[in-house]
Formats: sequence, C-alpha cells, structure tokens
Amino acid sequence: MRPGPGGCCCRRRPALPNGCVANGELKNGYVRSSPAVAAASATAGSQIHHVTQNGGLYKRPFNEAFEETPMLVAVLTYVGYGVLTLFGYLRDFLRHWRIEKCHHATEREEQKDFVSLYQDFENFYTRNLYMRIRDNWNRPICSVPGAKVDIMERHSHDYNWSFKYTGNIIKDVINMGSYNYLGFAKNTGTCKEAAAKVLEEYGAGVCSTRQEIGNLDKHEELEKLVARFLGVEAAMAYGMGFATNSMNIPAIVGKGCLILSDELNHASLVLGARLSGATIRIFKHNNMQSLEKLLKDAIVYGQPRTRRPWKKILILVEGIYSMEGSIVRLPEVIALKKKYKSYLYLDEAHSIGALGPTGRGVVEYFGLNPEDVDVMMGTFTKSFGAAGGYIGGRKELVDYLRTHSHSAVYATSLSPPVVEQIITSMKCIMGEDGTNLGKECVQQLAENTRYFRRRLKEMGFIIYGNEDSPVVPLMLYMPAKIGAFGREMLKRNIGVVVVGFPATPIIESRARFCLSASHTKEILDTALKQIDEVGDLLQLKYSRHRLVPLLDRPFDETTYEETED
Amino acid sequence: MNLRYMKDYFAWLYYQYTIISCCAVLEPWERSMFNTIFLTILGMVVYTAYVFIPIHIRLAWEFFSEIFGDQSTIANF
Repeated sequence: MRPGPGGCCCRRRPALPNGCVANGELKNGYVRSSPAVAAASATAGSQIHHVTQNGGLYKRPFNEAFEETPMLVAVLTYVGYGVLTLFGYLRDFLRHWRIEKCHHATEREEQKDFVSLYQDFENFYTRNLYMRIRDNWNRPICSVPGAKVDIMERHSHDYNWSFKYTGNIIKDVINMGSYNYLGFAKNTGTCKEAAAKVLEEYGAGVCSTRQEIGNLDKHEELEKLVARFLGVEAAMAYGMGFATNSMNIPAIVGKGCLILSDELNHASLVLGARLSGATIRIFKHNNMQSLEKLLKDAIVYGQPRTRRPWKKILILVEGIYSMEGSIVRLPEVIALKKKYKSYLYLDEAHSIGALGPTGRGVVEYFGLNPEDVDVMMGTFTKSFGAAGGYIGGRKELVDYLRTHSHSAVYATSLSPPVVEQIITSMKCIMGEDGTNLGKECVQQLAENTRYFRRRLKEMGFIIYGNEDSPVVPLMLYMPAKIGAFGREMLKRNIGVVVVGFPATPIIESRARFCLSASHTKEILDTALKQIDEVGDLLQLKYSRHRLVPLLDRPFDETTYEETED
Repeated sequence: MNLRYMKDYFAWLYYQYTIISCCAVLEPWERSMFNTIFLTILGMVVYTAYVFIPIHIRLAWEFFSEIFGDQSTIANF
C-alpha cells in the first residue's frame, strides 16, 4: 500500500465526516503520477484513468465471485422445468375442457373469442408453477420483525389456491429474511420511546403534501441530519423508497438525455428511467469495460439520428444488488464518470448503514468522496427500521427537486413517528446519542457477514456476491428445491426468503439470507446447523470450490482466483 | 438394523428422485401418472438394451474384424 501523497503537501485540507479530503486529492491507496500537479479536474480525470490501469483504485481487496452452475445441475433443472411445463399444459387442457375446476382468473364467456389475456408465459408460469409452491411467500407475521419473529400458521386444502389459518402461531422463528441490517426493527429501546413521544405530540397522519401544508419542522430536522450523515450539502426525504426512484428520475432527466443502467437494476430504477422518456442503454452487470464502451459510443456518436451530443448522460447503479449480493465497483464508475463528464445516480437502498466502518454506505466503504456522486439516493426501510427514501446531493439539485419532483408535489410526506424513528436511529449510528451502540451494531453486522459467508462456503454451498455484503444468496437451481427448502427451514423454525423466476433468471433460483446486527452468534450457529442439515437432505452442496475469476478484468491484485481440480 | 438403514436409504433416494423430477410439487394423481410413464419408458429402454445391444456389438465386431482381416491378407501379398 503506497503512502498517500499527503506527505508532499502541507496545506490544510478540509476533512469531510466520512474521512475523505475535499479538495480533490485522494486518500491512501490512490496513486498520483506527479504529486506536484494541482488537483485541476481536467488533469485529474486523465490521471485517474491512468491509475485505473495500475489497479491502484482499490485500497482493499475486492472479493466477488459467482461460481458457475455445474453442468449436471443445469441439465436436471431444465428437465424439472420441462416436466412441470408438460404438466402445466395438461392441467390447462383439463381446465379448458371443464374436466377440472378452474380457480384462476379467466376471461368471461363473452370475451373468450377476443385476444386472450392469460396465455402469455408469465400467466402460465403463475398458475402452473408458482401456485404449487405459493405457501412459501406472503406468510403473515404477527410480531416485530427482529431477530426472531412470530408467524401465523396456515394450511391449504386445495393445493395452495386458498389458505386458512389454523389459529396457531409459530413462535420465535429465526428471521433470516427481513431487511433489518442494523437491528433497529424493535419495539423496545430509545427509538421506540422517542417515536411514541412524537406520536403523542404530532399524531400519526400528516394529511398533506410537502409543498402544501405537510412540511413539518421534523422533516427539516431530518433532512439536515441526513445531509450531515452522508457528507453532502443537502438532502430531501420522501414517504416511499420505490417512489423516490420512480418519481425523481423523471424530474432530473428527460427526452434527449441518455441513461446507462446496470443490467440488474431494481424495478424502481427501471420504472423511473422508462417514465422519464430518456434513451436507456444497458451495460452488463458491474462490468466496467461494457460501461466504458457505452460511454465512448455515446460521446462519439451522440444521439441516434441527429448526431447531436446528449444533453446529459446519467449512470444508474446500486450500492448492493439485493439479488446477487454484489457491490458496485464504485471507484471505477467514478473514474469513468469523471473522464466522460457524465453524472452518477447511486441507489444505496441496501448499502446505507450496512457498509463502511461507520455505516455511511458504499462511498465510505471504498474511501471515496461523497461529492463525486452526483445523486445519492437511499431508503430508510432497511437499516433504519422505518419507511421512506431520501435523495442527497448538491444544494442546487435538492432545491430543484423540491419544486419539480412528483413526490414532493403530490405524495403525502413522511409520518412524524416514522421521522422520529429515522432521526433517533441515525443519531445512534453516528454516535451522537452518547452511546457506543451504533458503532457496535455496524461492527457486529460486519462480523456476522464474514462469519456466515465463510461458514456457508466451507459447508460447500454456492454463494454469490461480495465477501462484505450482508445479503447472502444461496443457490438452489431446481424448481422443486425452492419449495422444499422454504418448507423444511420453516419446519426447523427458521424463516427464509426463497426467490425464483421472474425475479431471477429461470434456472438460477436461490434462497436469500439477510443478516442483521441483532443476530447473535448463537442464533447464527443454530441457523447454520439447520441449513447444513437441509443442505444434506436436499443435496444442495454443489460447490466444487472452483471460483471463476471476475470476467474481463486484466490481472491485478483485486481478482480472487482459486482452482481446485 | 441393517434393514432399517437400507429402508431409510431407499426412502431418501426416492425423495431425491421426487425432488429432481419435480414430483414433490405435483398432486398425487399427477405423481402416479408421471411415475407410470417414467417407469414404462425406463422399462422399454432396459428391454431394448437387453435384447439389442449384444447383437449390435457382435455385428460391429464382425465388421471391424473383416476390415482388419482384409488388411492383413492384403499386406501379406
């Protein structure tokens, strides 16, 4: 690790809360070819590109791996889907000829001669495959979703077309599915008391939008706190995380702009991009060569027919991708953005609070300057135990969004007890409530992540994603194993979220564990023991310890490669 | 004791078969239908292999030995 260039310059540099220096000089691990050059943005761009080639952008190893699907497993998965498809056709035939009762939505008699509404693949999949294993989703819970949760038991007499409650409650199910990264989802403690007090004072409803009469002093306080937490000039908070993305992207880009969006972006980003009317181009997931090619082509060729330059180029990425568990290559994205003079929109829904030594997100995790990210978006749902989203950035941007965003004009503002929950939890994470609780939670989450991932890899499961990401996808592949895994884990008192098509590619179904700071080591050990048992029962240990090196990267110290033949 | 272990092993094997072929998510009548069809096809494959493979091997052996036999006779000339 080379020492930072600070040794040669003795001037005072303003330090931002997350420890970065603000005048464009870069901290340890960044290499400058000539330290005497001033930090002018024009030359900084080319120097940073030079640094990319040296691999010196990352000050810590970036361990991300997606093990290849074993050939036999892929073949058997297709066989399984083939069998289910054949039986699906058979059942559709029987339902069409009234041999069997039809439970699903269907057209009325008068509409049968018109264009059919339910014959596409999505509907076929829903009624023939999803319905068979539907009892693994929408499980009603009846307690606070902390480390342990109570689930209402239900059963079905007609193969999942309808459910009835038995009246029992399955108590103390270990919760491996809630987005409760720092453990703030609880009904005891300072957050709850503060929220209860505010509830008494302000009530629950706001009954207006931000622009009309729903702008409470609590909202102003929250926004100042969020801006301070992130290290940006200003921030604005919205009532719903999904709406933050889908309503604000149309406000900042429009027709004549270009959006470069990652392959695996969340539905809210995709919806916002489509609503804006800009041209959308997709780059391969976390693949910087693909992104650079698209940027080059955009600059060189401009808009499709007129060849005019694009009004704006916006890169949409997420901090942690929740289905893969991968972390965005932020240093490279920022280097590219600076080189090609485009803008960056970073969606930190899962990474805020969960990454970084003090929980400030993926920007702090890589040791970068938050001013390099033009639009920092995030949600309060995951790490803060509340609801809503925020956008942070320069003051001009946030002032513009206050007047031009659909969410600000039409959507009801955040409810006061929720705002207080966010304020209290954020102060706790920053350490401003006088205790060490926030720091401990962040460290506990990091420890839990490393421990859990290491143990699962040792057991032989295929785990996707980055070593430091608290989202752990465990590959299942075969359709029957999706249902079997969910049910077996619930029998053993562990609640997991299993995911299949259409949220993932059709053969890559998975179980997604979300770790939490409120999970103690005993809870994790119990969970791991049961996962081990279920893994043996269902033969899920596919890993051959052959990690594919990260594709398309020239060799440098950040690729992690291990083959064992 | 050994019998119980064998029974458990076969039960586990049957469970693996139902999981891989997706019988586990099918309704009972679909399951029996699938099992019948699968066993029928398997039975036919086994029967065909039993009847025809020795014949094919013998024919192939004769074909190749004829070629090599010819070669050796040609070379001796």
